[in-house]
Amino acid sequence: MQKIIYSNIKSHWDEKKLVSKEQILTWLEEVKDPEIPVLSLVDLGVITDVIVNSDHVLVEMTPTFVGCPALDYMKLEVETLLKTKGFNPHVKVSFRKPWSSDLISEKGKAALKKYGLAPPPSNKIFTDLEILETAICPRCDGDNTEMKSPFGPTLCRALFYCHDCKEAFEQFKPL
Amino acid sequence: MNNQALKELLYKMADDQLILGHRNSEWTGMGPLLEEDIAFSSMAQDKIGQSLALYTLLQELGERDPDTVAFTRNANQFHNCQLVELPNQEYDFSLIRHFLFDTAEALRFEMLSESSYEPLAQLARKIRGELRYHTLHANTWIKQLGTATPESIDRLQKSLENALPFALGIFEHSPHEQELISSNIFLGEETLKKRWKEKVESVISQTDLTLPDWILVEPTFGGRIGEHTAHLQPLLDEMSEVFKIDPTAEW
Repeated sequence: MQKIIYSNIKSHWDEKKLVSKEQILTWLEEVKDPEIPVLSLVDLGVITDVIVNSDHVLVEMTPTFVGCPALDYMKLEVETLLKTKGFNPHVKVSFRKPWSSDLISEKGKAALKKYGLAPPPSNKIFTDLEILETAICPRCDGDNTEMKSPFGPTLCRALFYCHDCKEAFEQFKPL
Repeated sequence: MNNQALKELLYKMADDQLILGHRNSEWTGMGPLLEEDIAFSSMAQDKIGQSLALYTLLQELGERDPDTVAFTRNANQFHNCQLVELPNQEYDFSLIRHFLFDTAEALRFEMLSESSYEPLAQLARKIRGELRYHTLHANTWIKQLGTATPESIDRLQKSLENALPFALGIFEHSPHEQELISSNIFLGEETLKKRWKEKVESVISQTDLTLPDWILVEPTFGGRIGEHTAHLQPLLDEMSEVFKIDPTAEW
């Protein structure tokens, strides 16, 4: 009998310890890329590891581009969210698993398209940069498109023009 | 592991990125067309971000914090090659410099992605992908303007000839060259220079530009040991102007 009471108390005490990595990742879905507010950090693929130890949570993050100015902001958002869940978070930036656009989830790619940004093609085909890549227009799905500049309004976007619907659009760059 | 050799390598790379990043940023609002304004501004942001990552590796090896290192040294304490500190001049010179430097930089990070110093190898695997966009940009414009009009070809040719001695200065040997090679940290400047020449020749051969005989190009050395042109100190003064108003400010 005593044992059962003890285990009840313990389970209450250890509630936080029982939170899984998956649960933390579900919560982190709330944190969006500040430059693309439809895309969560999880779908963007920049959360490379989560380690839960009692109320301490270590989140390993990696930037999309080394010079990404949104990184500090995203770190702060992750920390703030985990604090509101009662954890003591530590966010570590690492290049152990470098980000590539192939890490964007299918859900993330669909969100990008809906937002008006052409999702990146697989970076496997992006080895020969002598060839200017084309993209599928996120508006009309036309493939008669042309890269106007590999540099756009943020480091992760390139400028394109669609000859089918005669509109300019941006692509999330393959990397 | 020879820390001194490693630090020297990291300092020269970080300083190259920071100084060229600053020069690129001087095109912000001044580009000959909007896309080029954005391109040079984006490359500035990449390079300054990459320099921060390299200075952070140095901090982990016991050097001072990145802001202090970037903003409080004088010109003779910088290890960048002289090529990157030269003023932007006209667009043709900026473009040629960008082509010559980024071709070398892309190859350097490609080589470093196999470095025995794992933190540098990890960072290099990341940066090499970003630099593909820089070389894509440079090669596209060199090929386009290098075959366009007599004026564009003539301008690029003159800038190429002016920039080449400084470009060879990128490969100034480190006093620790052999240690870096034998400890598999870096394959060395000679290997890099050889690969760079091949790449430069292959792009230039697709244009109406001509490369002089390499033997006739006298390299401009000194940058790696703190000897600079008169252009570097004014750049540093401008870059650190705001930081120096209050070095302890929280940003």
